[in-house]
Amino acid sequence: MYVAVKGGEKAIDNAHRWLGEMRRGDRRVPQLETAQISEQMTLAVSRVMAEGSLYDAELAALAIKQARGDLIEAIFLIRAYRTTLPRFGYTSPIETARMRCRRRVSATFKDVPGGQILGPTFDYTHRLLDFKLLAESEDEQAEEAIPQDSADVPHVLGLLDRDGLIQKEHRTDEEPVDITREPLEMPASRAARLQVLARGDEGFILGLGYSTQRGYARNHAFVGELRIGLVDVEMEIPELGFAISLGVIEVTECETVNQFIGSKTEPPQFTRGYGLVLGQQERKSIAVALVDRALRWKELGEDFLGAAAQDEEFVLYHADNIQATGFVEHIKLPHYVDFQSELELVRMIRKDAEAAREKADD
Amino acid sequence: MDSLSNQNEERHPGQWSRQQWLGLLAQSGSDELLSHWQQLDLDPGHRVLREAEIGSVMVRGRIGGEGDAFNLGEMTVTRCSVALDDGTVGHGYIQGRSRKAAMVVALADALLQTDQKPKLAEGLLLPLHEIRQARELELQAKAAATKVDFFTLVRGED
Repeated sequence: MYVAVKGGEKAIDNAHRWLGEMRRGDRRVPQLETAQISEQMTLAVSRVMAEGSLYDAELAALAIKQARGDLIEAIFLIRAYRTTLPRFGYTSPIETARMRCRRRVSATFKDVPGGQILGPTFDYTHRLLDFKLLAESEDEQAEEAIPQDSADVPHVLGLLDRDGLIQKEHRTDEEPVDITREPLEMPASRAARLQVLARGDEGFILGLGYSTQRGYARNHAFVGELRIGLVDVEMEIPELGFAISLGVIEVTECETVNQFIGSKTEPPQFTRGYGLVLGQQERKSIAVALVDRALRWKELGEDFLGAAAQDEEFVLYHADNIQATGFVEHIKLPHYVDFQSELELVRMIRKDAEAAREKADD
Repeated sequence: MDSLSNQNEERHPGQWSRQQWLGLLAQSGSDELLSHWQQLDLDPGHRVLREAEIGSVMVRGRIGGEGDAFNLGEMTVTRCSVALDDGTVGHGYIQGRSRKAAMVVALADALLQTDQKPKLAEGLLLPLHEIRQARELELQAKAAATKVDFFTLVRGED
């Protein structure tokens, strides 16, 4: 029997009004504008865009404001909004080799064409709280220098590719699966995995990536290259009959180089892990590359070591924080009837057990 | 795609291809686009073929930066189509969610196919191109300032 229970409307209304008041906080403090969030909380905005899987800084800032800074709640808002948009089409793949790099470093080669560009990084800061920011506004200006040679920044792994020392990525015209349109099926293609990882929860993927370094999956990686910058997004427009640039987005790309002693099918060489994410998200892109590489064990003829990061089903079905939060959090919602039946059941079992004990005592 | 990659070169009015101007207009911020459009003070007679519509496109990447395509995530795009009174059709696509900007791009696209082209190239494309170029140069200059110069310390054990 299903018993519908009504009630609580007034309590819900008032709870939402209180939520609004709490969101606003102390009214003597100026209200936060979304432009302040999109300009000054850019890395939070990046995360919401990447995991919300929708590149739009203004919307991400709005979602962060509405969610009182709860980024998973903000991601939820973006995912919900995304479903209301008509899809105009699929773009041509972005050309990360033509990225206008804000940052570009390689841990494998010191002297790379285009150079090592540190960009606006937290690396080499001392991680000491800067109390100046409590008192005054930050007003530092970036230094500028005359760019040498061309802005051409070729991919570092191309250097290894020339010598045939690194596994090649095969390139076909195959249409990739789109997990926003088709259910995710196992075994998943590498394209499907990279899509899931790109929008997966940063914390979950960071933990999995870390586990591969600690020995859960044999996966000793170097960062061959890490780059952050702007790329053009181009799409074929049917009514025009040619491709145009639709805009510019910021992405972060990480390519790892992994030692590989060879297998039954592959010669000894270096193999690759790949991480590409929307926005500036260095930590996430490295973690994605580590997990991508761990998931490739089957195609490279490696052994399954029972590690979580190698387990495609485990990784792909638990990486999405909106699915996860939906299921984890739903158990706080009324389950009165379910619980009532459990209560009845336990009482009944106890009664039977007591009866059995009394009978044994007799 | 060569024409798309050469967008940063010097350009003079009249040299713009349709692919280039549409790309420039799509990438320009809607505030800058609208303010330059208003300064032109144009009000061409037209009818709307497709109302401005906000939607998304699925952005693709390549595995390893060079291999098979995969779906990375979406971005917001707004599009609109108009026909001038003389029948010239213009299509507007912009990044983001400004219906007004998409409409302006569609009108500009149509006008750029008429004898108004020099006026629009001068008053709209050129300033927007300069803004974009300045932004790119600024990025390059700041990046160049954080480029690492390695030097080797000579150790005195020769």
